[in-house]
Amino acid sequence: MSQKEFLSKLENSIIQGDKDKAESLAKEAVEKQLDLNEVIEKGYIPGIQKVGELWEKGEYFLPELITSAECMKAAMGVLHPELEKAQIKTRSRGKIIIGTVEGDIHDIGKNLVSSMLSANGFDVIDLGADVKLEMFIEKAEKENADFICLSALLTTTMVGQKRLVEMLKEKNLSDRFKVMVGGAPVNQKWADDIGADGYAENAMIAVQAVNSLINK
Amino acid sequence: MIPTVRPKLELLSKDLIQKIIDEALVILEKQGIYVENEEAIKLFKKAGMKVDDSTQRVFITSQIVEASLSSTPSVIKLYDRTGEKEFVVGEDEVHFDPGSAAVTIFDHKTQEERKAVTEDLINFTRLTDCLEHIHFQSTGIISSDVPEIISDSYRLYIGLLFSSKPMVTGTFRIEGFKPMYDMLVAVRGSEKNLADKPLAIFDACPSPPLKWSNLTTQSLIDSARAGVPSELISMGMTGATSPVTIAGTLVQHVAENLCGLVICQLAKKGAPVIFGGSPSSFDMRKGTTPMGAIETMIIDSAYSQVAKHLNLPSHAYMGLSDSKLNDSQSGFESGMGAALAALSGINVISGPGMLNFESCQSLEKLVIDNEICQMAYRLIEGISQREDPIAISLFEDFSAENQFLSMPHTRKWYRKEHTFPAVIDRDTYDAWVSLGKKSMADRASEEVEKLLQENPPAFLEGDAGQELRKIMLADAKNNGVSSLPEIRT
Repeated sequence: MSQKEFLSKLENSIIQGDKDKAESLAKEAVEKQLDLNEVIEKGYIPGIQKVGELWEKGEYFLPELITSAECMKAAMGVLHPELEKAQIKTRSRGKIIIGTVEGDIHDIGKNLVSSMLSANGFDVIDLGADVKLEMFIEKAEKENADFICLSALLTTTMVGQKRLVEMLKEKNLSDRFKVMVGGAPVNQKWADDIGADGYAENAMIAVQAVNSLINK
Repeated sequence: MIPTVRPKLELLSKDLIQKIIDEALVILEKQGIYVENEEAIKLFKKAGMKVDDSTQRVFITSQIVEASLSSTPSVIKLYDRTGEKEFVVGEDEVHFDPGSAAVTIFDHKTQEERKAVTEDLINFTRLTDCLEHIHFQSTGIISSDVPEIISDSYRLYIGLLFSSKPMVTGTFRIEGFKPMYDMLVAVRGSEKNLADKPLAIFDACPSPPLKWSNLTTQSLIDSARAGVPSELISMGMTGATSPVTIAGTLVQHVAENLCGLVICQLAKKGAPVIFGGSPSSFDMRKGTTPMGAIETMIIDSAYSQVAKHLNLPSHAYMGLSDSKLNDSQSGFESGMGAALAALSGINVISGPGMLNFESCQSLEKLVIDNEICQMAYRLIEGISQREDPIAISLFEDFSAENQFLSMPHTRKWYRKEHTFPAVIDRDTYDAWVSLGKKSMADRASEEVEKLLQENPPAFLEGDAGQELRKIMLADAKNNGVSSLPEIRT
């Protein structure tokens, strides 16, 4: 099997949402001592990008999207430890702290965003739901993150997003982290009003938004 | 006379109902359910239930569920603010109330959503108060001009001040129960009077799948002890937070609600509980929770059938629309939902006025939906024989010139047999043109203004009103809020 054929097998395992296959192919790549960064970037990532395209076209729905994201996670679960063992630097596209703000226990939307960002090669640290605002900043500083992504499903908790932007200003950290907001009651106007860097209405748009912000 | 048949919608066979309940019981007993509240955990332990302390997971036996079911009243009586008018919540009685806790209001003038303020909440409350076919009031809008921390008590405060109808409400914080309960007591005069004549229902939502949070569990316990009816609002989203099949979601729904019911009965045997919910079909494309989807309505109708099988009062979020404005989608979704809910004999139906996935209230829609509710009530009245013989006598001396308009029979029955809407268009084309070619939404907007102008506020005067204000101010002060918006009466 040519290198190209093997890479296309990787890609297909993601597109088809075959978790066992994605994982076993990752192991095969390790055994064959392939360039693992290339395996990720030319095999798996094109797969998840294709899934994104199928979603855009209206052919894939959320179950396909989330299954493919989990296939990515399974494959990376095999590859990342190997890369670390070999002390090969992984080419992370950026580090993201994500969570649902305090007082809010809704996390289904946030989980989708988290999965898609992670599947698209970002280093995602998911703090879960009902996360204290201080915790976001503390983690972001400690991990030297690029982004803080805040989800809120309630109007009563979306003010937490505003508060976090203010806290960053107070601590003179506004330039260090880009803040993205999302959630059912949130819209672009709210993001603009509170001075957030970005807003996304769904998981796919969140990936695009982070991509465009990271190049700024 | 041949008795009138009440038309009924039944989606589940007896066998399927039993299987759904059986599976729910197995889940509660074998898988357990998370109850994140210390007091409830203690109650479960006291009742001999197995509890995994590290995860706050409770394993509920079917014996305790059955005991709880038999101590839960099958009928609740609610009373209006005066305590004189009685509303039966149970059997096949149907009551509509506006969809609750909207975060925005749809502004007819700008055709856009905006944050609501106190004045909107007052108008909404007053309008609901004078709409005949919406029996209950709901604390339907969150007012953005008071801090979030007191938004739960504030909406009940405005509701009680400006409406005489029974309330559907709920807490947003554990501390919210006390001031809200105190307000209800203030209206009734004493705790006993309130327990004898409940004025409000408190909604409490489990967090799907299979979890009762600290806040909502506490609301169940506090309400049960005070004799305030709890409405259990289980809300799985098919394929996202509950199984993707309708039947699968029903199993989870029943398990979550039965757990809530057990908590209420453990807190106070005989506590009034309503088997309700706000589940939805989860849209796999948009990631949204359409309340106007036929699958959502199917789930609601089906679990209400389970509720009836268990002899419990029922509730559902039906008759709402996901449309963003008053267009044909908002009309047909609400129309279908209200009709199906009424045919299902659901006792409390929360929905009128609501757009955009339970997030936006529209005064115009409230007026339109009032007429939808009127039609739904007419539908379930069924067809009565009325007279014996039914019609033979009307055809005595029949001739080609016969007409019915002037018959006494017509005069006697037409108002009972037929409904008369105010904003639905039944004009001839020419009449409609001469009236300015107005859309339904425009006519509804004029009706809103007319109703608010013609009907003076049902303002709560006297000591009770003063007492309400005192309770609200104290709650505000306790939460660091020094002033409240001025209320013009």
